[in-house]
Amino acid sequence: MSTALPSTSTSTRAPRRRRSPLAWVREHLIALIAALVFLYLLLPNAVVVLFSVNQPEGRFNYTWQRFSLDAWLHPCAPAGMCSSLALSLKIGLLATVLATALGTLAAFAMARHRFRGRSGANLLIFLPMATPEVVMGSSLLTLFVNLRFPLGAGTILLAHVMFCLSFVVVTVKARIAGLDPRLEQAAMDLYADEKQTFLRVTLPLVAPGIGAAALLSFALSFDDYIITNFNASSSSVTFPMYVYGAASRGTPVQINVIGTVMFVVALAAVGLGQLSARRRATA
Amino acid sequence: MTAVLDRPDAGGPVPVEDEARQPGTRRSTPYLLLLPGALCLALLFLAPLVFLVSQSLQTGSLEAGYRLTFHVATYADVLSRYSEQLLRSLVYAGIATLLALAVAYPLAYAIAFKSGRWKNVLLVLVIAPFFTSFLIRTLAWQTILTGGGPVSSGLRAVHGLDLLRALHLIDGDQLLGTPLAVVTGLTYNFLPFMVLPLYASLERVDPRLVEAAGDLYASPWTGFRKVTVPLSLPGAVAGTLLTFIPAAGDYINSQLLGSPRTTMIGQVVAGQFLRVLNYPTAAALSVVLMVTIVVLVGLYVRRAGTDELL
Repeated sequence: MSTALPSTSTSTRAPRRRRSPLAWVREHLIALIAALVFLYLLLPNAVVVLFSVNQPEGRFNYTWQRFSLDAWLHPCAPAGMCSSLALSLKIGLLATVLATALGTLAAFAMARHRFRGRSGANLLIFLPMATPEVVMGSSLLTLFVNLRFPLGAGTILLAHVMFCLSFVVVTVKARIAGLDPRLEQAAMDLYADEKQTFLRVTLPLVAPGIGAAALLSFALSFDDYIITNFNASSSSVTFPMYVYGAASRGTPVQINVIGTVMFVVALAAVGLGQLSARRRATA
Repeated sequence: MTAVLDRPDAGGPVPVEDEARQPGTRRSTPYLLLLPGALCLALLFLAPLVFLVSQSLQTGSLEAGYRLTFHVATYADVLSRYSEQLLRSLVYAGIATLLALAVAYPLAYAIAFKSGRWKNVLLVLVIAPFFTSFLIRTLAWQTILTGGGPVSSGLRAVHGLDLLRALHLIDGDQLLGTPLAVVTGLTYNFLPFMVLPLYASLERVDPRLVEAAGDLYASPWTGFRKVTVPLSLPGAVAGTLLTFIPAAGDYINSQLLGSPRTTMIGQVVAGQFLRVLNYPTAAALSVVLMVTIVVLVGLYVRRAGTDELL
């Protein structure tokens, strides 16, 4: 924002270098608004970080009392929090692997082939993204209850694979569609067979898309509350379910510690992704 | 997709069926690739919807079991009892979507045209909160809007609370538990879904087109209105859909930031399914929500589609 181009239309009536503050505001209006929106967007994250070093008086961590590193030193002190975190990580990883594998296969079919039923398949993939989470969660619950399928970590995993799948297909498909077909032709011209072409040319080129899709899947799965809550049992409490329960029972400071760590890890992951993309681009 | 189709081969356009260029590729290949994913979606997305509709037409109880009796009266009952919450959800989601559009447009515009080499950093900052727990961030809004908090005190100091009360946005001395808090939370939570598609379409706007408008004596504002805005319309349509759909079904914000008077339809569905255990009513509500959204989205897409042609 700081590099906003100086206006080239300096009017002849303004010989002074220094213009009025009003003109400055007008010139940078967009940047100022953008800065305010960023404040809105990042304020809750700042609050999460700040209140991770708070020492609240009662059970709720809503008002600032005094600085303390207690929660950081004893992250697993609240009963049940770390086991819920472990369950969320486990489900998140499994759902990511399954959804990414199934979604990548489907993305190749959709991006590289014209076949009967293609538009139907497209609709099937698009629909879950256009369905509110309550509807997806409640319909899955109806299915499981009617089939007498026991609720638990297994049903949560099935639900997560389902709603991550569409996002994987869309992300990977966009990457495949953006590939330069001449690269594969060049490989073929240089006597690579189809397997070699796929493994040495196509797959490495599509890999960043698959990586992004996996990252998105994990984030979606790890963060989901609404669908999960419909398909969980009292013995399968994920981290978002723990946090939701804590909102009425009392919020331990450790929740903010986890929130802070997640924010930093997310920043690092997205930042590293951007960095490596840029390095590849300049190499 | 089309990039693959019109590869610059000798021999002119390739017949579509030859798309499967490898000699070993058969016609069945796309089906085999698609099968696992499609099966997963059919069993875990479509089949549940069928069960949901069937459940909504059944009568009975959880203990005695349900029988399909095509009891349509459940729908009439649900519509008369919960139309208030349904309407409220649509209004809140609609306002949140418009606010998100108003707030996201300048941000996406600034990132696309004014950020220079900071572009990637700013994009990371837009995405990063989205990768941090949604619930924890909503709890942070409780902290921000709480009674004795800085926002509340600050607003009181400048008579902001009086102003909000005069505008009927709040009705007590509190920010929390009001429609204002719920809409603030909804707007915030789905903002990245608005910023990213807007940015994607703004970034593709060729600055020379805007310059050309200037050369033809359009003022910067006219140039923006007549060139940039129409070109960013696809992003705005995608963004409003990605914001409105989840916002209409959301119940976290109204649960954590609202009060019983701000109850949204998602809360009712969840309550009926998980606490009251009245499955037919809950299923009917769910179907009503789904149908309402599909109809609204269909109308909107059709409308937006024609607008684009004009």
